[in-house]
Order: sequence, then C-alpha cells, then structure tokens
Amino acid sequence: MEQQQLYTVTVYSENHVGLLTQIANIFTRSFINIESLTVSASAINDVHKFTITCFSDVKALDKITKQIEKKVEVLKAYYYTEDEVISREIALFKISTEGLMAIDAIENLVNKFNAKILEVNRQYTVIEKTGVQDEIKKLYETLEPIGILQFVRSGCVSITRSKYEHLSDFRLTIDDF
Amino acid sequence: MKKKREKNVSISGSETLLKSLLEEGVDTIFGYPGGAIMPVFDALYDYRKELNHILVRHEQGAIHAAQGYARASGKAGVVFVTSGPGATNTITGIADAMIDSTPLVVISGQVVSSLLGTDAFQEIDIVGISQPVTKWSYQIRKVDNVSWAVAQAFHIATTGRPGPVVLDFTKDAQLATTNYYYQKCHSIRSYIPSPKANPENVRQAAELINAAKRPFALVGQGVELGNAENELRSFIEKAQIPAAWTLLGASVLPSEHPLNKGMLGMHGNLAPNLKTNECDVLIAIGMRFDDRVTGNLNEYARQAKIIHFDIDPSEINKNVSVNVHVLGNVKTTLPAVESLLKTAKHEKWIESFDIVNQEEYDKVIEPEIYCNREAISMGEVVRTVADATNGDAIIVTDVGQNQMMGARYSKWKSPRSFISSGGLGTMGFGLPAAIGAKIGMPSRTVCLFCGDGGMQMCIQELGTIMQSKVKIKIIILNNKYLGMVRQWQEMFHNKRYSETPMLNPDFVKLAESYRIKARKVSKRDDLEDAVKEMLAHNGSYLLEVDVEKKGMVFPMTPAGTSVTNVILEK
Ligand SMILES: Cc1ncc(C[n+]2csc(CCOP(=O)(O)OP(=O)(O)O)c2C)c(N)n1
Ligand SMILES: [Mg+2]
Repeated sequence: MEQQQLYTVTVYSENHVGLLTQIANIFTRSFINIESLTVSASAINDVHKFTITCFSDVKALDKITKQIEKKVEVLKAYYYTEDEVISREIALFKISTEGLMAIDAIENLVNKFNAKILEVNRQYTVIEKTGVQDEIKKLYETLEPIGILQFVRSGCVSITRSKYEHLSDFRLTIDDF
Repeated sequence: MKKKREKNVSISGSETLLKSLLEEGVDTIFGYPGGAIMPVFDALYDYRKELNHILVRHEQGAIHAAQGYARASGKAGVVFVTSGPGATNTITGIADAMIDSTPLVVISGQVVSSLLGTDAFQEIDIVGISQPVTKWSYQIRKVDNVSWAVAQAFHIATTGRPGPVVLDFTKDAQLATTNYYYQKCHSIRSYIPSPKANPENVRQAAELINAAKRPFALVGQGVELGNAENELRSFIEKAQIPAAWTLLGASVLPSEHPLNKGMLGMHGNLAPNLKTNECDVLIAIGMRFDDRVTGNLNEYARQAKIIHFDIDPSEINKNVSVNVHVLGNVKTTLPAVESLLKTAKHEKWIESFDIVNQEEYDKVIEPEIYCNREAISMGEVVRTVADATNGDAIIVTDVGQNQMMGARYSKWKSPRSFISSGGLGTMGFGLPAAIGAKIGMPSRTVCLFCGDGGMQMCIQELGTIMQSKVKIKIIILNNKYLGMVRQWQEMFHNKRYSETPMLNPDFVKLAESYRIKARKVSKRDDLEDAVKEMLAHNGSYLLEVDVEKKGMVFPMTPAGTSVTNVILEK
C-alpha cells in the first residue's frame, strides 16, 4: 500500500444537475471517504468546479480522476498534494458572551488567531475564523472550555500554485479533438 | 452545420422523438408499452412502416434483444419502455451493455413532470438508478428538448467507447407540441470520444515490437467496435505476431488464420495462457485485462514489456501497469504503429504455440468434440453445428458451460459473429440477444447455444419469436444442472451440489405451444441429422440435446490464480 495523505481533487464540469451524486459515487465505489466538498464557479465562464479533499494515494486517485473524466459532463479532473495548493476553510463559532467576558479572551482571540467578531449581543458572540484546518482546530480547543453553543466549518477551497486554472490549457487544445 | 427546419409544423414531443430517431437512421425498436409511454406508442401507430417495432414479452428481453441487434449490426439498439417497473426491468441489460460497451438508446416513459417527486403511480427515479450503469442518463421534461436530447444520446452512445444511454421522457413532454427541427450532434465540449495518440508513444510501441523476440497480441472487442479487423490482420501479419482473443473478441480474427492461437482466460486455450508468461512483449489491443483473462495480477506477464492500445483512457493502468499506451481508435492507431514496424518472422515462437495447443487438443479437445463417452458432450454439439454452418453463422450464447463450449468450439470467418454476455455474465441474455441479432442481420443464420437454466430466464421471448416471425436456431444443451456452478461445486466444494440440479419442463412441447418447430435428441446417431434438419427448416427451430449431466469445461484456471495454473483434466 502506498502512503495515504490528504489530496485535493479538482473537477471542472458543466453545470448540470445530478453530477454531484455521480462524482460522489465514484469515490464511494473505491471506498474513499470524502473529507470535504465544495461546488463553485471557476474563473472560466460557465465552468463549475468541485473541490474535494480526501485521504488517498496516487494510484487510487489516478484511477478515480479518470473515472470522473469519463462522465460526459466533466471537462477535466486533477489531484494535488497539500503543498501544491493554497487552501482555506472557514469556521463559525457561537459562544456565550458571558463566558467569553469571564476569561477576558476577546483581544487575544482577534490578535492571536486572526479571527473576526461578526456579532455580539448579551447572549452570544459569533466568531469567524478563516484558515487551514489545524488553525481552526486550535481555536476550537481554546474555546471549548467556555462552551461552544454552535459550530460549523465549511469545506475546503483551494487554488493551485500555477498561474491559471489548469483547465485553461485544456480549453486551448479542445478544438484539436 | 446544416439545420433542418420544417417551418410552422407543430408536432407532439412523441412524434418529434420518432422523427428524430428516423434522422439517426433507426428502423427497428424493441419495446413494451405502458401508461407513461402511451403517447409515444400512439404516435408510433402512424410510423409503423418506417419503424419496425418488436413487441417483446418482458423489458429485460427488449434490452438484450437490442444488445444482440447492436452487436450484430454495429448500429445503436433502441428500446421503448414505460415508467416504473418497465424502466427498472431494463437495468440488468443496461448494466450488461455498459460493461460490454454496447451502444443503446433506451427511452423510458415518465410520469407528468408536475407529479415528479411525489411517489406518483409508477414513478421511479430511473435517471438516478441508471446513472452508475449508463454512459449518459437524461430526463426530458420539456418538449423543446426532445430532438436535442435524442441527438446527444446517439452521439454519446455510438462514439468513442460505445455504451448505453437512457432518456427518461415525461408524459407531458410527450404530449406537448413544438416546431420540429433536428440537428445532429457532432461534438460536446466536455466529451472527448477518441483521444489522440501521442506520436512519441506510437514510436515507442513500434520500437518495443521491433525489438521483440517473442511478441504476443491480445485482441479484444475494441477491434470489432472500431471496425478495424483488416487493420489488425495487416498489423499482426507484418511483424508475424501470434494473437489470442478475449471472449468478446472471438470473431475478430478468422478462426483459421494462421496467427490465431485461440482464446484467452479462465477456460481459454492452453498456449495463450502459458505464453502470456513467456512472451517478451505483450500487445493488448482493444481489451481491458478483465480478471477472467488475467487471473492473479501479481503473477501476470511480469517478464514482459506491455503495450496497451485502447480508446478509453480510464482503462490504461487500471488493472495492469503498462510500459506504453497508445490511446485512440485502433482503426487509426494500429496503422500508425504498423507503419513503423519492420517485417519479422518469429517462426520458432509461433510454432511453440502450436506445440502447446496440440497437447490441449489431445487431452481435452479431441475427447470433447469427438466424444466417445456414452452421453453426448456439449463440445460435440457445438462442433457439429460449426461443421454444418461452415463457420458462416452468428453464434450467440447464454452464460455458463454452454457459453464456454460455444466460444471454444465454434468457428468464424467474419467479425460480429459471436455475441455473448462477457463482463456481466447475465443468464437469460442468449435467447433475446439471438432474436435481436437476427433482426439486425436478417441475411445470416443465427444459432444460439443455451443452458437449461439460462433458457428459463428469458424463456418468455419465445412469444416474441412467434409474433415477429423471427427465424433463429435454438440449441439447448440440457445437462439438467446449473452446469457451471455444479462444475465449481465438484472442484471446489466437495461435490456438494447445493441447489444446482434442475427439474426442467418439456422444452419441445413448450416450443411447440409457441408454434416453434422443435426436436429432442438423446442419441449421438441422431445429432447430425437433427442439426441438418434444424438448419434446413425455414423458420425458428428449437433443438434440445440431452448432454452428459456432469460434463466439465477444461482447461480451467481457477479464479485468482496465475494464468499458468491450468487444469487440463479431472
Ligand atoms: C442472472 C444470473 N444468475 C446467476 C448466475 C450464476 N451462474 C453462472 S453460470 C450458472 C449456471 C448456468 O446453468 P445453465 O444455464 O443450465 O448452463 P450450463 O452451465 O449448465 O451450460 C449460474 C447459475 C448468472 N451468471 N447470471
Ligand atoms: Mg445446464
């Protein structure tokens, strides 16, 4: 078995209904758990982009991306290791304002964790934190003793370290086929 | 691109569908009506002359018949079914077509769109159900999308690696009217049916073959799908490369071609399996290294450099890691590589196949096809039919021992002459597929080899033969067992014949009740005469042959073991 590590799979597709389940199914068939998934527009007109993270290896992902590309509405699928992409997640925390005051942590939070206060009232405070998964985890651990009333974390969004959307190359050559 | 427009002609979605099918050259449809597809069948009433509808007896029969039609004719098979159970009954056949790369366009009725998602009567999410087993699945909810969807469907089903497409057609869209126009689909931005081979890979492939001392070609259905039989022959003849075939590639090379060394796989010929692990360059052409061909991958052709010709990028390095891949339709990639090939001889190497195959002939083949055991053997029935048809017939099989015997002992002269369920191994495939093959190729004799078990899985299609006057030759190899499973029980489960003996109906009477001429043979002396009578009869004919109950298909490479682990006899 090759070493498992966190990969980001990017899928470029037409914006058609039903594609999400088909792509998810391909992961399921190979028994790979999707860690996070987001769907958004891309920098190319009319092209949608799935950003999927999962623990896997090169061999499996090679097969999976080819299976994904077999879907008629998919333009292209790529996979990247963590250091090939810049990734961010966003998390929202709701904690009791009283508790937060008691430990006098607000300034610390904003400075040390580079977090944002979105809303404060007598009952609760909503904090936003954007960052990599580890940073969010650290903030979670810091806030946990106060009592987290609600928590939500987004899927991962990533951008490659290359200049353009990778697909741009594909689009230049597509007329050749 | 030319647009065909008939100005100011407003017609229904159903009629639009039929006109669109005609634009795609369709002349035959296999189907079964029901509530949600009734407007289409109503429109069909006015198109009876242009569109020959074959009324089957079960929707699974419609799909398999369409598969047989497509495999024999090279055209897409078209199916009409109703929503709900009509649609779900097609799933086995659709999955079969997907794994065996058969072009189909399946049109299922659907409840009116305002009822979608309400668990309406006979509403089923057929798009969702069929997505994993289709190349494309689409719901037509607007009448204006009908001709567009049909054009896409045919383009997707028939180009690149072919496969099945489902169009789920809501009843309101069937009834609504639109201004008809049709435009064929020639490309879809996100879909690359035939990728282009990298010239460097073409060069490397030729270099490997030119340097080879013991090259060996594995030929699959991809050659037939690409209509590249001549290109293949020219390729292997130039460099004198011995070749063997997968089950679905059986009729790609003429049986008597001197470089044709037989069948690959679990019940394939001895030389092709042993030589896989002796060759120095293995050239896979339009085949996908199925586990029934490779056995244990860790012991598969480790000594060889491997070249893989395929149209589907996802097949490259899927099961076997290859040294060079040549992407694209073999119709163009084979000549591209061939142009760089040097002529070669490899006489000793080629002869070595014949020496090994002779051992198999003496130990396995001769006793099977010229049997002197008391009961008739399956192999001698197949051989008798092959002799009597002179290798000119289309051979269809069901699944099991009958299938392996049909593949091993039939003879072919031309491509698209062997039709069998390979990847899915679907019992019940044979009878409807034979019906479809005959309808697709009316000028050819179609012979079906079927087991007593599999015959009863789509036996209702005898009714289709009766009603549509299809002329096929049905040979039931009756061993009164689910023979292939029984063989595994004998070999691997201590002869514990759990649920494999079969009490069968009187097949002759059954056939006669469908007005099909039938005869049963139990004695060797009657066999040849019966086969002659069957072939001479102008109409369908069912020949039931009592064969030995516990016959075995050999050679056999047990599942999951090396290709060289071949068992020749008990
Ligand atoms: C739909 C389906 N169910 C079960 C099987 C498993 N199976 C494979 S071969 C076989 C026995 C077939 O028996 P029969 O049709 O009599 O053919 P024989 O092997 O005796 O020639 C069975 C049950 C299958 N391939 N397909
Ligand atoms: Mg049987």
